[in-house]
Amino acid sequence: MSEQGTNPHPGMNLGYDGGEKAAEVTIFGFWTFLMSDLVTFGLVFAVFGTMTGATAGGPGPEEVTDLRSIAIQTALLLGSSFAFSWASLSMKYHGGRLHMLGFLALAATSALGFLIFELIDLLHLVEIGAVPQRSGYLSALWALVCLHGLHVAGGLLWMGGMTLQILLFGLTDQIKSRVTRMGLYWHFLDIVWVGIFSMVYLAGVA
Amino acid sequence: MFDALFGRLTWDDLKPLELLHSQSINTLVGAGAALAAVIAAIAVVVLLTVTRRWTWLFKEWLTSVDHKKIGIMYIVLGFVMMARGIFEGVAMRTHQATAYQGGVLSAEHWAELFSTHGTIMIFFVAMPFITGFMNYLIPLQIGARDMAFPVLNLISLALTATGAALLMISLVIGKFETGGWTAYPPFTGADFDPGPGPDYWVWAIVISGFGSMFSGLNFAVTIYKMRAPGMKYLRMPVFTWTALCTSILLVFALPPLTIAGLMQALDRYLDFHFFTNDLGGNMMNYANLFWMFGHPEVYILILPAYGIFSELTTTFAAKPLYGYTSLVIATMSIAVVSFCVWLHHFFTMGQSPSINAAFGIATAVIAIPTGVKVYVWMATLWGGRIRFTTPMVYMVGFFILFTIGGFSGIILANPAINWQVHNTQFIVAHFHNVLLPGLIFGIFAGIHIWFPKAFGFRLHETAGKITACLWIVGFCMTFLPLYVVGLLGYPRRSAAYDDPAFIPYMIVTMLGAFVLLSAFVGLIATLWISIRKRDELAVPLGDPWDGRTLEWATPSPPPHWNFAVIPHISSRDAFVREKSEGKPYVLPEEYVDIHMPSNTWAGIVVLVTTTALGFALTWWIWWLAILSFVVLFLWFAADSFREHRGEIIPASTVRTAHQAWIEAVELSEPITRDDEDTPANRGYAKTDIVIAS
Ligand code: HEM
Ligand SMILES: [Cu+2]
Repeated sequence: MSEQGTNPHPGMNLGYDGGEKAAEVTIFGFWTFLMSDLVTFGLVFAVFGTMTGATAGGPGPEEVTDLRSIAIQTALLLGSSFAFSWASLSMKYHGGRLHMLGFLALAATSALGFLIFELIDLLHLVEIGAVPQRSGYLSALWALVCLHGLHVAGGLLWMGGMTLQILLFGLTDQIKSRVTRMGLYWHFLDIVWVGIFSMVYLAGVA
Repeated sequence: MFDALFGRLTWDDLKPLELLHSQSINTLVGAGAALAAVIAAIAVVVLLTVTRRWTWLFKEWLTSVDHKKIGIMYIVLGFVMMARGIFEGVAMRTHQATAYQGGVLSAEHWAELFSTHGTIMIFFVAMPFITGFMNYLIPLQIGARDMAFPVLNLISLALTATGAALLMISLVIGKFETGGWTAYPPFTGADFDPGPGPDYWVWAIVISGFGSMFSGLNFAVTIYKMRAPGMKYLRMPVFTWTALCTSILLVFALPPLTIAGLMQALDRYLDFHFFTNDLGGNMMNYANLFWMFGHPEVYILILPAYGIFSELTTTFAAKPLYGYTSLVIATMSIAVVSFCVWLHHFFTMGQSPSINAAFGIATAVIAIPTGVKVYVWMATLWGGRIRFTTPMVYMVGFFILFTIGGFSGIILANPAINWQVHNTQFIVAHFHNVLLPGLIFGIFAGIHIWFPKAFGFRLHETAGKITACLWIVGFCMTFLPLYVVGLLGYPRRSAAYDDPAFIPYMIVTMLGAFVLLSAFVGLIATLWISIRKRDELAVPLGDPWDGRTLEWATPSPPPHWNFAVIPHISSRDAFVREKSEGKPYVLPEEYVDIHMPSNTWAGIVVLVTTTALGFALTWWIWWLAILSFVVLFLWFAADSFREHRGEIIPASTVRTAHQAWIEAVELSEPITRDDEDTPANRGYAKTDIVIAS
């Protein structure tokens, strides 16, 4: 296809050229949304940064960090992203619906695991009294971690809806565009998580 | 049971009922305003029912995703809210005239007034106005048929309307916060104000903030991706350039506001400690977040007004814009630098002198691109054949007054001076000085220019000019004296003063406020007169001012699909070139079917659910909060399973409409600029614009 060079999204295999243009607008719009969301995360990070010392005599980074659990969470979330990229590749190389859904399921399970471990961590924080009401530091920590966690949970709902749609309608252009955007979102959340585990947890105990 | 159903809402929160207990002036003003709002709402409902307009309202407007209609709805919203904002301004000025050791209103009421006034004027007057203009103009100016995301566009409008609705509800039920439009904690925190006021503020701001962010996103994507073929960046009209910069600012500047609002909510609802006094909270984070939004916000508001003034000068001086490229660069520079100055809003809050100096210098630097703009407009007018229309009257007011406002800004940029005058009426004078002559005059001038485009008839010139003069005089009387009282040491936001020297000034500003009120009435009168004379003023052919940009190359009002065929752009000011080279009004060889998005209930669903959500959260009515959120979520989840086909407008329909218009143009005589203001002006301009070489 001679247009390959100018087609910004060859991975989507959209059949006709009107589709490319519409998809390009939507995906660019989503990038813009991600930029805005990145600013949001950046600001919460910044607030957290100013509050690292504000423990008010309560639990500090040492008490709230369980590096083993963080390592597992990181592996699960990065794994989920990895599985998602396989799903995207499957879409690109016409792997077939079920092939692709398999990877999506893997990505979803892995992310669910991430959320479960995160939840266990948070419950532990409640147990040791490291609740957000205790200090400014903990407020910022909970806000940042939960903001990310809620994004992941939202992504899971999105994935669930999409799976249903793929089963019902197949891989239509509309859904391919959604998968592509979901991919961007998912990798974006990964990058944010890298920020969280290095700035909040690793830097906290270093 | 009652608690579960109504949260913390009680009968005593119904403000009109206060009249039963007390009939002091203070309650009369407050409860009277609440009553007036209720009566106005009922009157609208009755009117719609009697005239059988409900179906029309829903079908033609509330479910429409046409960017032109959405733009108009934004501007209507802005006017409705402006009516309240101005009445509040007048009430405050009247109070201040009596405020020597007292005043007619209670201190609490006064505080509520400046808080709602500021919040309304910025978020629900100025923002809807500029968003409305951008909505209406961007697709038309870049040769597109709609926004990149038409449904999202309607949702943005709904979210903005939700914020406005919450403010109106707060007038009737309960009370608003008293911490100003900035709502600084800890004063607005749970410790000092556990009531519903700050919650109203939070949800109005956060919900409408999402709307603004999505508008910015939508506009930016539209401008980047939907331009007509050949419309390169440096061929875009200046208004579109300013709209692009504003959109970028919206995308990046709204998150800090949303974050500040949500953290404030966490503090208030869940006892977090972001901004509290104890346990490690730090209100400076709020100040920084708020102004990281707040300063770009003032440029979000003023840039489109600059765009309008740019279009205005070239059009009414019949000259190409002098220094298009410098204007574009200046606009971009302002957008970038506007992110680096936020600290000038709190020079006095404890930073080191070197930080203050850095931000002071950055602030002063913004004066350079702004100065460039003023010179560009002057140079454009210079040697032009200026027609002194109503927009030009506003332009004159803008030129002189805005420059004064800008100079007072440069004075304030100096931290040493700022320490002396911060938090005084000098500030009040400064920001009204840039907001009214800058933003509001720009909007009104723009309304005079584009109203004929949107509705097919011009606004009455004499009425318009009288109104414009009233605005200018009223502004000068109301706000210029405040520079003096500010320097004399009268703090802003204070309910009373005990220096009799202020009294004469405050009487003048009160009279000025009434002049401004009459100017607002003048606007309504202008509209009324114009509607009555709409046959004389009709300009159906679409180009009443000998315009330069693409929107003038369509009939007035433009068809739903804007352009029968998407234009191909070969130069800047392409429409002017076509006009001077002969015929812009040609029939294309063939017409094709046009695909347009169809109407949707998304806007109504968002409006109803988010208003319920905001109200429920404010009053702790948890079941309603959950219900409305779930409905909102399910609606969109279900909607994503539907296929949105849109509708096809057949080529034959487009052809009929287009041919009828071209024929009408050909049958009429082009009129020269001398006849612009006569009934001979049907919107077919005999151009006398000189083309830039
Ligand atoms: C039209 C006539 C207007 C009048 C009579 C008026 C009057 C006032 C008064 C008396 C105050 C309180 C000053 C103080 O704190 O001592 C005020 C504050 C304010 N006004 Fe206006 N105003 C008008 C128009 C506008 C417009 C058009 C805007 C913006 C587009 C605006 C934005 C504000 C803001 C942001 C505040 C600050 C509120 C605060 O302190 O938090 N006003 N105005
Ligand atoms: Cu500023």
